[in-house]
Amino acid sequence: MKICIKNGRIIDPSQELDAVLDLYIEDDKVVALGEAPVGFILDETVDAKGLWVLPGLIDLAVSLREPGFTQKGNIASETLAAASGGVTTIVCPPDTKPIVDTPAVAALIQDKAFESGRANVLPIGALTQGLEGSKLSNMVALTEAGCVAVSNHRHPMVNTKVLSRALEYASTHDLLVIFHPDETSLSEGGCAHEGVMSTMHGLSGIPETAETIALARDLMLIEKTKVKAHFARLSSAKSIELVADAKAAGMDVTADVALHSLLLTDNVLSEFDGHYHVLPPLRSEDDRLTLIEGIKAGVVSAICSDHQPHEKMAKIAPFSATEPGMANLEILLPLAMTLMDEGDLDFNLLLSCLTQGPASCIGIDAGSLAVGSYADIVLFDSTTRWNWSGSNRKTKGQNSPWIGEDLIGKVVSTYLSGQKVFPIN
Amino acid sequence: MIRSESRALQLNDQGQLKHFLTLDGLDKSILTEILDRADSFLSMGEQSVKKVPLLRGKTVVNLFFENSTRTRTTFELAAKRLSADVINLNIETSATSKGESLLDTLQNLEAMQSDMFIVRHADSGAPHFIAEHCTPNVAIINAGDGRHAHPTQAMLDMLTIRRHKNTFEGLNVAIVGDILHSRVARSQIHALNTLGVNEVRLIGPKTLVPEYFKEMGAKIYYELESGLKDVDVIIMLRLQKERMQGALLPSESEFYRLYGLTQTSLSWAKPDAIVMHPGPINRGVEISSEVADGEHSVILNQVTNGIAVRMAIMSMAMSGQLQEKEQQASSKGEMI
Repeated sequence: MKICIKNGRIIDPSQELDAVLDLYIEDDKVVALGEAPVGFILDETVDAKGLWVLPGLIDLAVSLREPGFTQKGNIASETLAAASGGVTTIVCPPDTKPIVDTPAVAALIQDKAFESGRANVLPIGALTQGLEGSKLSNMVALTEAGCVAVSNHRHPMVNTKVLSRALEYASTHDLLVIFHPDETSLSEGGCAHEGVMSTMHGLSGIPETAETIALARDLMLIEKTKVKAHFARLSSAKSIELVADAKAAGMDVTADVALHSLLLTDNVLSEFDGHYHVLPPLRSEDDRLTLIEGIKAGVVSAICSDHQPHEKMAKIAPFSATEPGMANLEILLPLAMTLMDEGDLDFNLLLSCLTQGPASCIGIDAGSLAVGSYADIVLFDSTTRWNWSGSNRKTKGQNSPWIGEDLIGKVVSTYLSGQKVFPIN
Repeated sequence: MIRSESRALQLNDQGQLKHFLTLDGLDKSILTEILDRADSFLSMGEQSVKKVPLLRGKTVVNLFFENSTRTRTTFELAAKRLSADVINLNIETSATSKGESLLDTLQNLEAMQSDMFIVRHADSGAPHFIAEHCTPNVAIINAGDGRHAHPTQAMLDMLTIRRHKNTFEGLNVAIVGDILHSRVARSQIHALNTLGVNEVRLIGPKTLVPEYFKEMGAKIYYELESGLKDVDVIIMLRLQKERMQGALLPSESEFYRLYGLTQTSLSWAKPDAIVMHPGPINRGVEISSEVADGEHSVILNQVTNGIAVRMAIMSMAMSGQLQEKEQQASSKGEMI
């Protein structure tokens, strides 16, 4: 199949490219930009006049909820949500049921994803068996079964010794470890950022130190074991400082933040709306601004949706009794673009954090439209105003504060390895 | 000072109370109306006929997800003196998830055609949740939610202060002890600031008095003597025994030595200072028997005032709901 996407504005941070150019696809690859290759006979021409042509987005944090929690979401529904939002590669955490601690579960997820055919799905394997934090998982086998990294997710290790050994073992085999820094003795029972708002509203707080103490410990162990490391969902200003210092000292670590942490603060707690219950919690305005600075400074190189779909009932309860998480996967791009309206970030940097940034965090060949790359492509109309409700919503998750809101910018179509995956009849 | 707005949920279009969830966002005129109305009920309590027909034909449900005989009883008495029918439901937290049981309970209760829910719940924000998810025209009164608010208790404390000091202007009020876990203290801070006292002081160790309370408009003291200097009103909070296990304090005896109210520490306050306590008292833990039973103590008056304040709040919220209902009906009529 030979396709030409004509007249679109190609924006690709990996090539520092922003120009109106024609893009040529042959089978699953981008084969040319600008002029058609010699003797190229087109099967299809797509007119992208007025549209942006972007690399398919990469989201490092998407809970598919399958196997185990299909009342909240499933691989078919959530990969459709991904495709409709221009996300072509998703990385999913190991906290399914059963947990991704055996090659069989990793294979099951990828098989189902392949069947749906809407997005590349890269599971993260459990660092320890059952995520219980005591016995190492078969990390090498998990990696061979397609896991892109190992992580204990937000589950605690029984002690630092086990963590240290797990990192030594992962380092031996050059595996990437994803850290969710959280000192559970400090965060346990908490549901909101420890600060003025949680204090006023009588909500149990999660102090910034729950994140920073674990982060500082993790950095020490990473330095010692020389394991490849990525920090997930950093939420506090002090964490950005710690990672910046580590990078300045020559450590090769990467970090991501959840998009909602860049958009919201704990100010939203005043009405006890459980839709704002997320972990790590929404923190202060100072934290939010420092996370944005962290992106500008290159300390944070990926922005993810931290997609956690839930059924409606999961959020119909008093704040602390609701299940944490938001489901914003399919509106990742228009939501992220609201940061530009604030003048905080330019589009190139934002797009970089949604494409080549996350690709480099996990070391995959994606997130670029350079000749020879996989043709994961999004056609995006940056001016359309639309309402995120009804049939416009694809995720099974009923939990987002933006449901029913008007958004500006909409994905027109998405290609995965040269195949159109959205919209399809 | 940071204040959040719960106005929209609590007030009807005319700015009258329709729910009573928190004192945060309620202005001085509403708080004063509650106190004035409670005063009139208090003088009524001295007469032989104690009932008024303000809630006649209305059904009030005491919906207690946490046990509290004292608070429930005062609400029950208040409702009966307003001539309402009262149903008491004690719903211990069941094995099912809290959220589901709360919503299920609500749906069942809606069938009972109640007019008012008095809600006590262990989760902060539970009455807000109920006000948002319940059928319209049912008034929700917060009888204590988690650590968040206990607005009727705070208002009865305000009534006690006003009856003893006549005004709030110029008063220095100290709240002593476990502020962190206290929903009463949070509501008192809002009320005292709205009613215009000179200074709200919080006294206790950092484990029980986080600095974030400054943003609510309070001054923090870590030491009792300086904290009580020039104080007109001392509010002692109950210290829960389980706080010792949480490593928040070394021992009851050390707490009593540093923050307990005794004749000696009372002498650091103004000579005419009054001593209050939301009860039940731990004698010898936060307050000495001498002080609790002494001439400065107004602890027993607080109980009497509690019924009057709750009558005032319940009658105001019910009339706010009726106003809204009438307006909805008339605007529907206009549409037809």
